[in-house]
Amino acid sequence: MAYSEKLLDHYDNPRNVGSFEKNEGGVGTGLVGAPACGDVMKLQIKVGADGRIADAKFKTFGCGSAIASSSLATEWVKGKTLEEAEKIKNTEIAQHLSLPPVKIHCSVLAEDAIKAAIKDFRTKNEPSKSSGDKAAE
Amino acid sequence: MNSMNNSSPTLENRPKLPVYLDYQATTPCDPRVVQAMLPYFTEKFGNPHSRNHSYGWESEEAVEKARKQVADLIGADEKEIIFTSGATESNNLALKGVAHFYKDRKDHIITVATEHKCVLDSCRHLELEGFKVTYLPVQQNGLVDLEQLKAAITDKTSIVSIMSVNNEIGVIQPIAEIGAICRERGVFFHTDAAQAAGKIPLDVNAMKIDLMSISGHKIYGPKGIGALFVRRKPRVRMEAMIHGGGQERGFRSGTLPTPLIVGLGEACAIAQKEMGAEAERLKGLRDRLFNGLKAKLPDIYLNGDLDRRIPGNLNVSFAYVEGEGLMMGVKDLAVSSGSACTSASLEPSYVLRALGVEEELAHTSLRLGLGRFSTEQDVDYAVEHIVEAVTRLRAMSPLWEMAQEGIDIKSIEWADH
Repeated sequence: MAYSEKLLDHYDNPRNVGSFEKNEGGVGTGLVGAPACGDVMKLQIKVGADGRIADAKFKTFGCGSAIASSSLATEWVKGKTLEEAEKIKNTEIAQHLSLPPVKIHCSVLAEDAIKAAIKDFRTKNEPSKSSGDKAAE
Repeated sequence: MNSMNNSSPTLENRPKLPVYLDYQATTPCDPRVVQAMLPYFTEKFGNPHSRNHSYGWESEEAVEKARKQVADLIGADEKEIIFTSGATESNNLALKGVAHFYKDRKDHIITVATEHKCVLDSCRHLELEGFKVTYLPVQQNGLVDLEQLKAAITDKTSIVSIMSVNNEIGVIQPIAEIGAICRERGVFFHTDAAQAAGKIPLDVNAMKIDLMSISGHKIYGPKGIGALFVRRKPRVRMEAMIHGGGQERGFRSGTLPTPLIVGLGEACAIAQKEMGAEAERLKGLRDRLFNGLKAKLPDIYLNGDLDRRIPGNLNVSFAYVEGEGLMMGVKDLAVSSGSACTSASLEPSYVLRALGVEEELAHTSLRLGLGRFSTEQDVDYAVEHIVEAVTRLRAMSPLWEMAQEGIDIKSIEWADH
């Protein structure tokens, strides 16, 4: 299978590999996929005082497309508000990396991972903050 | 063989990289095989079935010499060898040919869950025609349980088809024992020996084999040629699949491809002569590869029995690293993965699953195949690069992280996707 240069670059030089302490303030963790399916993504966001995602990290068990999709996702969420990050679509990830059709599920998983991390952050943090974000929009 | 044993690659024009570690997928033609074939493309181009001139006679003579070379490799009589286009056709012909011929009296076939797709798919096709098929499970080491085989045979069973050597995990089935059981019960025994012929000693009489499939390109011969051994005493009868001029005792019509047949014959003759030394050498390389990986990587597992295995095969699960992602990390190695992530199904290898390998481990496997032109340098290069890639990918694997933290991956409720 021929992969795009962008995909290979993310596979060879993945951005933001690593982990935050799960219970650290401002951190939201998304863990999606399943080992039995051959894909597991852990994507974490760290939200700053301004409500924007200051930093993001990932670890992925999966094929090259899954690794590249999650690496790209961490790049894209940085600097965004939660509402903006939530709007990242799997199709944009798939298009950017030129994923072949059989690999579209990797981008779906990356989108799910972003959403799961945001949801985890909101669950852990006081509702006033997320509603405050909404009010600001 | 000595020149082939040399540690530097002797195949002309063979690129150094990627290192070829996929000998169960196919093998390069041995240069000696190519040399033997060449005249039969040009000056000795006659149709071996032409009876009226010397062009035909010399081709026929070459075909018959090759038939003897194939027969000798497996202890058969040359009259029992039919040339086909490869092991897929041989397997189709053996199964469908026997099943169809005996269908009025017998409608049951026995095979194994880990057979090659062409055997399983032929069986599925026969099921659609109304035949009943038993797919025997295998034990954790990949081998058939002989008691289960005995219990599965009925008076309606026409044929048992069990491969000699598995293409993914290289395990050697107890062929002689299976042959004895089938003969005693009056059931024909077919074995797909595509991965076994020329690799391990085979004797159709001692092992009581009635039909055997052979492939040219798995034994350093050309692609597009294979053979089917069909026993004459006791006679195995088959319905032909390809009709025409009645060549090959009517079992397989079509003009015989003389150059390919000469190549297959030469490949068999070389294999017969060099099998012992080659097996010894490959076992050394195989052990060097596996020991090299084990010394540097924790949590790796061999799939399939280590001892009852052809020397040129390893199938290893590298826990916490997905197989296809790993293959991308070892771009300079030509290997194959047990993970089927490339297909849309997301299903890992059915062979590994049949062994009871857990799905998450099945997704982490690589098949590493060594052969005639593999060298110590190849093996050392492979060890270095696999270790490097696995280490790098584990560092970015959430499953490896959990394992290091002592979290049981099975305790997590994973969502299906």
